[in-house]
Order: sequence, then C-alpha cells, then structure tokens
Amino acid sequence: MSIETRRVLALHGGLVALLIGLHFVLPAYHHGNLARIMVLASYAIGYNILFGYTGLLSLGHALFFAAGMYGMALTIQHAGFTPAPGLLSGIVAGALISGALALLALRTTGVAFMIVTLMFAQAGYLTILYFGEYTRGDEGFVIQTAQRVLWGIDLSDPANRYFAALSLFAICLGLSLWLVRAPFGRVLVAIRENEERVRMLGYDIYAHKLGAMVISGTMAAASGAVYGLLFGYAGASFASVQYSIFPLLWVLLGGAGTVLGPFIGTLFMFYLIDLSSGITSAYMLIAGVTLVALTLFAPQGLAGEVRRRIWKGLP
Amino acid sequence: MSGALLSTRGLSKRFDGLQAVTEVDFDLARGEVRALIGPNGAGKTTLVGMICGRVAPSAGTILFDGEDITGLPAHRRIRRGMAYTFQITSVFAGLSVHENVALAARRRLTGAVRVDAAVSEALARVGLSDRSEEEAGNLSYGHQRLLEIAMGLVQAPRLLILDEPTQGLSDGEIEGFKALIREVREQAAILLIEHNMHVVMELADRVTVLNFGTVLAEGTPAQIHENRAVQAAYLGTG
Repeated sequence: MSIETRRVLALHGGLVALLIGLHFVLPAYHHGNLARIMVLASYAIGYNILFGYTGLLSLGHALFFAAGMYGMALTIQHAGFTPAPGLLSGIVAGALISGALALLALRTTGVAFMIVTLMFAQAGYLTILYFGEYTRGDEGFVIQTAQRVLWGIDLSDPANRYFAALSLFAICLGLSLWLVRAPFGRVLVAIRENEERVRMLGYDIYAHKLGAMVISGTMAAASGAVYGLLFGYAGASFASVQYSIFPLLWVLLGGAGTVLGPFIGTLFMFYLIDLSSGITSAYMLIAGVTLVALTLFAPQGLAGEVRRRIWKGLP
Repeated sequence: MSGALLSTRGLSKRFDGLQAVTEVDFDLARGEVRALIGPNGAGKTTLVGMICGRVAPSAGTILFDGEDITGLPAHRRIRRGMAYTFQITSVFAGLSVHENVALAARRRLTGAVRVDAAVSEALARVGLSDRSEEEAGNLSYGHQRLLEIAMGLVQAPRLLILDEPTQGLSDGEIEGFKALIREVREQAAILLIEHNMHVVMELADRVTVLNFGTVLAEGTPAQIHENRAVQAAYLGTG
C-alpha cells in the first residue's frame, strides 16, 4: 500500500471515526441535525459521481431521491412490507428509473441533458401528485413508528437513527472513494476532461455514462429511502425541483469531483441557514451573500481549494 | 488486395455541398509505413477520420484485417487494433503524464502492476520517463506530442495512425521521432499524415498524395519526388 493510499484511507476513515465519536458528545439538537446531514450528504455523494466526476449536470436527481423514498414508503404503507424489503424496493426503484432515464437522456449532451433530466423529474413530481390517493400528494404521509423497526432496531430512536444514517454515509463514502480510484472511475474522470480522446482510446462512452448515471441514481435512491425511514415521512416536496438543485449546490460548495466535498458542502449549507436564521429573519440574504463570496473566492468549492493549495492528490 | 491490413473502396465524404473526399481506394499492407500527403484542404484528415470512425462516410467501404468495419463506431475500431493520435494535441491536460498513458493501457490490460509496467515502457520509448508525475498540461507542446505517441504505443496497435506528429517539434525531437518510428514499425503498420517532406522521404515505404479529395499519385518516396503532377500540385518547383 503506497503512502498516498494510506493518507487517503486515514483521512476518510478518520472522518467516519470522528462522526462515531461525535455521537457521544453532541447535544441532542446538533446530534439530530448531523443524522439528517449524513443522509443528505449521501444523496450529494451520489450526485457528485455523475456531476463532479463524469461531468454530466443533471437537474433531475430529485426523481431518484423520490423514487427511493416512495419505493420504500409506498410498499411499507400499502403492501405491508417491513423496512428491509421496503428499503430494497426503494433502491431497486431508483436503479430502474435512473437506468431508464439514462437510456433517454444520454442521447443528449450539455444544456439539452439538463433540460431532459429536469423535465423527467417534473413529470415524476406530477405523477406523485396525480396518484394522490396513494401518495397523499404534497401533504405526504407519516410512516408510523411501529413500521420503522428494522431487524428489531427502532429507527425512530435518536441513537439508532444516528448510526443508521452513519452506516449509509460510510457505505456511500467508501463506494465513492473506491469507484474514483478504480479503472471505471478513472475513465469517468477522463470523460469529464476530454470525451473525444477517451472514445479514441477505445472506450465505450455511452456505456460508461450509463453506468455512472445508474450508480449515481441508485445512491440517491438509497438516500431517499433511508431518509423517509429515519424521519418517518414521505412527501411530494422531496420530488420537487428544489431537491434537484440542493445536491448541485452542496456539491459545488463542497467541491465537485472530490470525495469529501459533498459532505462538507451539505454540512456547511445546513448550518449556514441554521445559524443565520437564528440571527435575522432575512437569513436567506446572509446565506446568499456567503454563497456569492464562496463562489468568488473558492470557485472549486471548499475541498477543491484544499486540493488546489495543499494536497494535489486528494481524491 | 486480400493481404492488406487496411483497405478502402470508393470511400467518399460529402459535407453539405462540399465534396471533401471522392472515391478513394486505398490499401495499406501489414508492417508498412505509409505517408499521406497533400496540400491543406486535400481531405487527409477527413480520410483518416473515416478510417478510424470519427467521420461517417457518405459512401464506400472500409476493411480492416479483411473485415468490414464501415458500420462500427470508433471505439470498436480502436479495440480491433487501431490507435489514433490527434493532430491538435488532445491529452488530458489536468491529469498526470502517467495517468494519461495508463488510461490508454487499461483498456487492454488489467492489474496495476501490468499497467504500470506498460506505462513505464511506453514513456521510456518516447523519452518522457522523468516527467511521469507532471501534469500533462504543463508539458511543452513538443512533449505533449510525444505523450500522444506514447498513448498510441501503449495500446500495442496493429495500425498506428499519426496525424502530423512532427508539427511543433524541434529538429532534435524530430530525429528522436524518426528513430522511434523505425523501432515501432517492427510491431505495427503506420499511417502518417505529415507535412515535413524530410520525414516523409526518410520514413515512408510508400507515399499517397491526395489532392482535392482524390488520390493524385501513389508510389515510393523517390517516385513521388519525380512525379510532375505532384510537383505541380504540391511540392512546387522544389
């Protein structure tokens, strides 16, 4: 194992260890926040694989997040599933929908790709509203505490919830780290850098983009399913365009194309809004100014700046 | 010609009213070094683009190793043993020199050890061994051209297509390039688009001259040098 690999493992393993440690010291409020942040960061990690590493800007990831959430929640609510098969059906739903959307959307590039993904996500949102009888539309529905017991573990309990969120996060972080260092992930980065050159090295661009989109969408779906299960609620707002923009924002802030960036961005954004809303009712103004400053002075995101200034090999 | 590695028959390309290449019949034997020359706009890059799949032909067929590849997408032609280096250097500027070559190597090799060995060998052949950790975008233009060639070599192709490889190289680098091609030809046929006549005359077994999208002449470098039509079209009075 090279020194570089050890440093990488120490950094990312260290974050997971730190998050385990924080469980024992954080006050209840921040403890709850962090659980939420870890699930949303997992969503952002999935988004980052497509956007940060492959260079494809999707505006429709809420479709995958919601596919996971409703794939889980509807089967638990209406088919009497227990959480484990519920989670699985959420993940499968996300994989299928991201695969189907990829087959259509990858015929386009650039702005057209953004628009196609946006339109399909809107179609998904409207579909949820249309079947309001089952989904309860905007209002959504609560998943009862009794329905959220996974293998005897009550996920509505804060400690259990925290560790469930951490497990998801650690899996997504590990997968992302492994992927971008594996040959497949290296080709994705190369596609982002110079697609035509990759084609002329004999790689199938379409197959690689398809793979990236399914991995990305499945990770987003897993996060959506876990989010619904941990916080006991599924609603159409999670399928709205806002939830497609969030991961883009988190990833940009944290550093697109870095493994830690999505977590840093999600954490930063969450607390930026949380803290500024404690100071003034015009908290979006503070948030906005900070975001503008950050894009001016750290255009590659926080982790991107670290990579540029301190550690070039940061994955 | 059944023994040819690459053959085209009636290959043509029309871009909205502009006939770029017209009915080109072209044969390249195994182990041959062929130069493709012609004035600017003669259709050289379009012809080579059709051969390696970057440009779809309007008519005609392409055979590679006896099989019709006319309908194959570029990446599948590359997988059959073609390698293409770009006219305008097209390396991955943000990645290291090593990673550039490794990307080319990983398509046919698995395992970090084998890939690293192949990368080291390819970089040594073009003389870039001591640059392997540098960012490719920081290399000089001449070195980026050599990196392109290393990315071609590491694929162990049967046909190596070089689009103006000596453009922007210094005299010393051109000497190195010539020595490299003499070595590489033991393993692969080479199709060379080249403007530098000294390089063409020294390296090529045969030369094909394109003019206005058609084959004007074909022969040994000496024959081409003597050919009056070629002189009129391309070489001037020299």
